[in-house]
Amino acid sequence: MSQTKLHSEPLLRVVKRAERPAGQAAALRAVAVVLSIVAGGVFLLALGQNPLAVYGTMLSGAFRSAMAIQGTVRYAIPLCISALAVTLAFKMKFWNIGGEGQLIMGAVFASYFALYHANLPHVVLLVIMALAGALGGGLWALIPAVCKVRWGTNETLFTLMLNYIALYIVQYLRDGPWRDPESAGFSKVARFDKNVALDKLFGVHIGWVIALVLTVVIWVYLRRTKQGYEIAVVGESQDTARYAGIPVRRVVLRTMFLSGAVAGLCGMVQVAGQDMTLSIGVAGGVGFTAIIVAWLCQLHPGMIALVSLCFGVMEKGSGVVQSDLGLSADCADVLQGVILFFILASEFFVRYAFVARKKGGAR
Amino acid sequence: MEQTVQTAIRCRGITKRFGEVVANDGIELEVRYGEVLALLGENGSGKTTLMNMISGIYHPDEGVIEVDGAPAAIGSPADAQALGIGMIHQHFKLVEPFSAMDNIVLGTKEKRLPAKALRRKVLELCETYGLTIEPEKPVREMSVSEKQTVEILKVLYRGARILILDEPTAVLTPQETDKLFAILRQMRAKGCAIIIITHKLNEVLAISDRVTILRRGRSVDTVETAGVDAARLTELMVGRKVSLSIRRPEPKDPQTILKVVDLGVTRPDGSAALTDVNFTIRTGEILGVAGVAGSGQKELCEVLAGLLPAQKGAALYHKENILGKSPAEIINLGISMSFVPEDRLGMGLVAGMGMTDNMLLKSYREGKGPFVDRAPARALAESLIKELNIVTPGTETPVRMLSGGNVQKVLLGREIESGPNLLITAYPVRGLDINSSYVIYDLLNQQKEKGVAVVFIGEDLDVLLELCDRILVLCHGRVTGVADARTATKEQIGRMMTGEEVDL
Amino acid sequence: MDLFLKFLVAAVAAGTPLLFGTVGEILTEKVGHLNLGVEGMMALGACAGFMAGYATDNLLLAWLAAFAAGLGGALIYAVLTVTFMANQNVAGLTLTIFGVGLSNFFGIYMLGKSESGSLKLPEAVTAQMRSVDIPVLSDLPVVGPLLFQYNPFVYLGIAVALVCAWYLFRTKTGLNVQAIGENPGAADAASIDVTRWKYVNILLGGGICGIGGAYCSMIINGGVWLSDSVGGLGWIAVALVIFAAWKPHMAIWGSLVFGALRVLEYYVPQSMGIPAALYKMLPFLMTALVLVISSMRRSAGSRIPGSLGVNYFREER
Repeated sequence: MSQTKLHSEPLLRVVKRAERPAGQAAALRAVAVVLSIVAGGVFLLALGQNPLAVYGTMLSGAFRSAMAIQGTVRYAIPLCISALAVTLAFKMKFWNIGGEGQLIMGAVFASYFALYHANLPHVVLLVIMALAGALGGGLWALIPAVCKVRWGTNETLFTLMLNYIALYIVQYLRDGPWRDPESAGFSKVARFDKNVALDKLFGVHIGWVIALVLTVVIWVYLRRTKQGYEIAVVGESQDTARYAGIPVRRVVLRTMFLSGAVAGLCGMVQVAGQDMTLSIGVAGGVGFTAIIVAWLCQLHPGMIALVSLCFGVMEKGSGVVQSDLGLSADCADVLQGVILFFILASEFFVRYAFVARKKGGAR
Repeated sequence: MEQTVQTAIRCRGITKRFGEVVANDGIELEVRYGEVLALLGENGSGKTTLMNMISGIYHPDEGVIEVDGAPAAIGSPADAQALGIGMIHQHFKLVEPFSAMDNIVLGTKEKRLPAKALRRKVLELCETYGLTIEPEKPVREMSVSEKQTVEILKVLYRGARILILDEPTAVLTPQETDKLFAILRQMRAKGCAIIIITHKLNEVLAISDRVTILRRGRSVDTVETAGVDAARLTELMVGRKVSLSIRRPEPKDPQTILKVVDLGVTRPDGSAALTDVNFTIRTGEILGVAGVAGSGQKELCEVLAGLLPAQKGAALYHKENILGKSPAEIINLGISMSFVPEDRLGMGLVAGMGMTDNMLLKSYREGKGPFVDRAPARALAESLIKELNIVTPGTETPVRMLSGGNVQKVLLGREIESGPNLLITAYPVRGLDINSSYVIYDLLNQQKEKGVAVVFIGEDLDVLLELCDRILVLCHGRVTGVADARTATKEQIGRMMTGEEVDL
Repeated sequence: MDLFLKFLVAAVAAGTPLLFGTVGEILTEKVGHLNLGVEGMMALGACAGFMAGYATDNLLLAWLAAFAAGLGGALIYAVLTVTFMANQNVAGLTLTIFGVGLSNFFGIYMLGKSESGSLKLPEAVTAQMRSVDIPVLSDLPVVGPLLFQYNPFVYLGIAVALVCAWYLFRTKTGLNVQAIGENPGAADAASIDVTRWKYVNILLGGGICGIGGAYCSMIINGGVWLSDSVGGLGWIAVALVIFAAWKPHMAIWGSLVFGALRVLEYYVPQSMGIPAALYKMLPFLMTALVLVISSMRRSAGSRIPGSLGVNYFREER
């Protein structure tokens, strides 16, 4: 073969390095976030915008008034709860992309009681709705879990399909059985009775309290309980788990049920706290963004609460950017995407390194 | 032929590190056309790493590889192929759903041939070297030896003149091994340079012209095969006189603790893993299990640990059948199984967790309530670090960051601390250096003296003969005999491993 | 009969963007990478294609721009998952959020710059996108409308699908590429440049997805720019890959079936009382069933690439 081909050690090649300690890894991630914000700024600059003004507006827009802060928190609540939900499954390396669908099914189950049993005492009704929401999401998550355990069905693709099936179940209910007879024109589900509304604390429905409580509960569950330990072992190696006498199938089913249940609870919080009705947009992509949040936080519950709030700032602030500067609110999505791209790239450098080819090729 | 004196490959000062582990340390090696060079060394001595660098899978950190007398930078398997180097991996590199012939032409530069023409070409090649194969059969439906034939054909099809075979006989029957050697001799006669990696001395003596011995990542010597015998090779390989002088205390008051009766186990793919296996395990003694790799050792471990269902037979532990019990129930009975797989971390330890959490693996259920109590586990981890001289930055450092010897100490240490009545351990010294191995042997002997029944599944016959009291020999899932380790010879055990009934 | 013919023609039109997305994703998944960014790459293609058509009056340039935009999205994904070995699910989802966001963002930015407050493709481009009119052939009864009266995207899509099928199943490179998706270690040992072909396939796949996106923005919305023009078709394409058993030529039939499902509600009499939601759900329901059934009979029918979703690192020990 050709002689030139012989000297083709790649210019750069990847080698495994001794793993960086946690401190260095965190610093690396911080650098990634800064770089992504710079990259976003360059993009804005290219469009003829002043990046500092845009970022400034975004930040101040999210905090400029009590109303604004409440709005920010409202964005953060579903994100936080669903990110916690997928964290349970991801710890087990079960790629639950179905947070969206599980949230929707939770909303559906909870809405049934909101629509047909609204005269129950307020607290009783809300507790029942919460349980129903958790059950709905949990059962929806069990479907792919059972198939995975029995036949090894690819869970990523299956949970993805179930998102859309759930979405059209809502559409079916909206157009048919649950259609509000009083709505003229296009169909919708009736607005819930006032009795259904989640109580407010500091001007925001208590979903935020639920989110914070769940953050602590899930942190404790994963780090301190026997079941949490089982999840970690199953996630690391199913062979090892089996060898240690951990019932792997049961752990997978149980954890997926819990993951779906938390997402379902989020659905209940959305319909009873935010929307006061059941609509197609009940999840609105939150289930997907939640996956990004969870990954960004290395599946750490405390970080999830914090980063969800940051994402809330971006969402709320971008709305203000739109009204004040005339730039589309979609810039929040773009920025979120860029940040995660950089974080994903930075993780590589925690475990691997590039080695340059030695001078002179073959020496 | 003049070619016979020509050097095919020369390695000079090859060094390769994985993270902090030095797998190859300044290795020197030379192979000529028209000869078979055996690369001999214990597991973990760096043989496979070296060959992976010659075939372009890894890149050396330091050193030069010369091919045909000129320095070559082998950046990828494609470069190796262009240089006429072909490697037959121990773990076959085949695409399971593809047919044999598709696997054979995979990655070659030529155009895709119509099925008929390709079939003819493959069959012609088979004829030249006396191989048999069904070109259209999907690889996933093939037996191990068929797969190996495909691998050999892959290399021959590419016209390789330098062949590397990584432990090719580990999975073969004696007849298949003889056939393979016949093929290799034919290739040598045609002027090929052949490197065969092995740790079986009889095969080295049977097939090779010269032997290069690796020990702990270094090339210690190269000798003419004709001028050495097994004893001398062993000495070079282990770096000391043949006698391992492992301590072997007399068993005290042995009592049957586990009786295995007519055990039959089928693998998930339907093949028989164990057939009519009968034996007893006694307290206060070490029962060794010998056999060619893949003779049913793994399945035996798994079935006794409750990980694999048995189709037939019983295993009576204090007269109670444990087959059908869950792994957790078996652990609670005081039966401990530790299996060190080839990657050394797959089973028994959780690579991403620290020592503390690994200590918890079998005991985390203890204690009431939903919470895990980590304090005793941490204390245990700390005491193991002291007792067994485990080198680690701390109890919370993930065990995948420890060296192999330390990882195995962690594994075995935990099993012993759980105070088992029956300790089954498979390949506990896999990949360890001599000194670490002795630490492990001592640990096992201590258990034996405490009255624990120990099962030791090993690869090295010398170790089995010196450490164990009795040796159970497996061949293709059947017991070919149970030998008294004090009187049996290596040759007898070796013959039993290949299925011969031996009069003991 | 006339109604049925119309239905088939509408199904083909509705299926075409899916065909692009599906073929693009098949190329990607064949090298073992599950790219959940199809929706995002299609959105990028939708924006780039539309804007190029708007600015240049040239359909070919619009296609090229859409292809380049989809490829650009795929490049981010490829760098992250192939070179940096990042989690494929997360990288793909991020690409979707990023792509859709950027597409909408840029669209609204351009809307703000336009004087009329709306963006409409100029006549010069829409003329190029009209249904072809081949003398004699297009005028044939039944066969004419069924085969020879579509817009150029349709023919491009079928051509792309057939070329990709040929590439994957008839060429040597295709064999090598499939080996990568099944077992990258084996492909590597057989001296196939795994990284290079992963990049090639992922990038090509992204580009093809991009053209599918241009169909959404340029044809479906009648030449007027609207946000979210892809509207979830990318996700259906991910489903369709499973339905088509990872074969580009099967994707032609698959996209016809899924296109038919998408327009079916307009052709089935309302009096039958089938809820509209059911038609929309069917593609996903059928895909889910295919997924489950094929996993039940793993050895026989399942053609899911063996290493799908798992990154490859040569020196992994």
